[in-house]
Amino acid sequence: MTAAAPPDSRLRGTRARRRNERSVKAVLMFAAVLTVIISIGIVASLIFEAVEFLRSVDLGRLFSAGWFPRRGLFDIPTVLAGTLIVTAVAMLLAAPIGLASAVYLAEYASPRARSIIKPVLEILAGIPSVVLGFFALTWISPNIVRTLFTESTGFSLLAAGLGVGILTIPLVASISEDAMRAVPNSLREASYGLGARRVTTSLRVVAPAAISGIVAALILAVSRAIGETMVVAIAAGASGGSLFTADPRDPGQTLTAAMASLATGSDNVTGDSSAFLSLFFLGFVLFLLTLGLNLIGDVFVRRTRQVY
Amino acid sequence: MSNSQAITVGVVQGSLRRQRVDVAGTVFAAALLLSLLFTLAVLAILVGDQMTRGLPVLAERGTDFFSASLSSRPAQAGIAQGLIGTAMLTAMVALLAFPIGILTAIYLEEYAPNTGLTRFIAINIRNLAGVPSVVYGLLGLAVFVALFRALGVGTGRNILSGGLTLAVLVLPLVIITSAEAIRAVPNTIREAGYGIGASRWQVVRQLVLPSAVPGILTGTVLALARALGETAPLILAGAVLGSFSTGGSLGDLFGGPYTALPVIVYDWARKPQEEFRALTSAAILVLLAVTIIANGFAIFLRNRYDRRW
Repeated sequence: MTAAAPPDSRLRGTRARRRNERSVKAVLMFAAVLTVIISIGIVASLIFEAVEFLRSVDLGRLFSAGWFPRRGLFDIPTVLAGTLIVTAVAMLLAAPIGLASAVYLAEYASPRARSIIKPVLEILAGIPSVVLGFFALTWISPNIVRTLFTESTGFSLLAAGLGVGILTIPLVASISEDAMRAVPNSLREASYGLGARRVTTSLRVVAPAAISGIVAALILAVSRAIGETMVVAIAAGASGGSLFTADPRDPGQTLTAAMASLATGSDNVTGDSSAFLSLFFLGFVLFLLTLGLNLIGDVFVRRTRQVY
Repeated sequence: MSNSQAITVGVVQGSLRRQRVDVAGTVFAAALLLSLLFTLAVLAILVGDQMTRGLPVLAERGTDFFSASLSSRPAQAGIAQGLIGTAMLTAMVALLAFPIGILTAIYLEEYAPNTGLTRFIAINIRNLAGVPSVVYGLLGLAVFVALFRALGVGTGRNILSGGLTLAVLVLPLVIITSAEAIRAVPNTIREAGYGIGASRWQVVRQLVLPSAVPGILTGTVLALARALGETAPLILAGAVLGSFSTGGSLGDLFGGPYTALPVIVYDWARKPQEEFRALTSAAILVLLAVTIIANGFAIFLRNRYDRRW
């Protein structure tokens, strides 16, 4: 949008060359419009089937004993509470660890240390979520969750939340580190010139100046945690359905894990039963939640860019 | 100050000396370093845990593990079908998402007028990048699977649906990283091109794109690495859980049931038998090797060709 353009229309050359240019532009524009078509496809497929679901079921079933789609019980509070618990646990882990790592990388680490640590964080960011799900089930659950709460079974929302938290640490760290590095050095120098220590400079000068980016990092991490599927599908248990629970030590169901289990249950989701349609209803709720968070996060990201 | 106490060198030095032991600062720095080490320790434990469980399987089974088909008997189960599926999906993502993504990025950065429509497309792409992957699976199920079923390609739950779904999933990532690489090419290069009478397309193809290639390549490799590890969209878009067999003909390959490496990991992770735990770790080691090599290659490319204009 900001790239330099050819100087003047009269200098654009022969007719054949102009025609050539026009067809190139048409092909490129078609590719760009395709992305809009994809978005429309996502929204349309979600809305139609979600509305179909709401029409086909008795709305009272949306508030029942639990989430058991095959028995026609679609308790929305159950999956929302599960999502909320997993996201909260994930953020309790990822926010402090991610932010501390970001402060270290931006303010403390030598360029050499940074050049080693940063790629390792990026490798962690690239680990497939299905791997972390298995790790949450086979390592976090027996070694951490069951050590703390001996009565817990193998599956728990807590183990899943910790797994999701590990996945989101690199996201928090990299966005907030970018924000802190964007703070101009003159601010740090002024702070040191006043005799401030490194802690004070980091916490009272750099962090407040980068607050928009830090908030954006946290919002985007929440959005990522809400949308994470495989860790919860593997480690939280409750593949068939779940009763309402507000206890992280229990197995439970989230929006995303409910979708995965609907797609993989013993009777495959085909045909037009309400259980199949509920998949799209859950997807629509998930889409709205993450879209809202991403839009808010985007506002904060752009605000950081404007400050300096 | 009226009560004049002379500020001698000694006073200043004494005052500075009192600050030399900065307890709070040291504790703070240690806490920061600890949280960073926590992350590194998690990574080490994760890889170590999979190795202790998975390496014996790889050593015992050898190449058989890579060439055997899925089976409900752990002693015979292998990941051949997952490797084929993942390779085909990766190829489809590269063939579909890369050209469309790079062309879109060129349009947005070099051609698009600054109109409402352009801004809408840009915002739309940023939001597509934040849509959870499982929602793309729903798109695959509602659009691609339904399309292939309507066309009479079996049940529609074939690898083409899966590949299209993954291609759509990584498209925003390819566009955003390519657009950043193109944006980083300084305008002076474009102006030089126009100055010698080049057309817009000539400037883009012969000047801008060659300078942006390392950045674009990094983005596309990252997108591939992402597609390699995605599980949830494939499960929704019809990848098979459990064992299956196909005739091996081309029609079966494209129209029949399919799976991918991460889907096998999910399937085995849900099985209660202890033998499958070990098999899962072995499959995870293969998956980790592939994704870490892809990510590492992207990081290497970026650091190697990180150019400041």
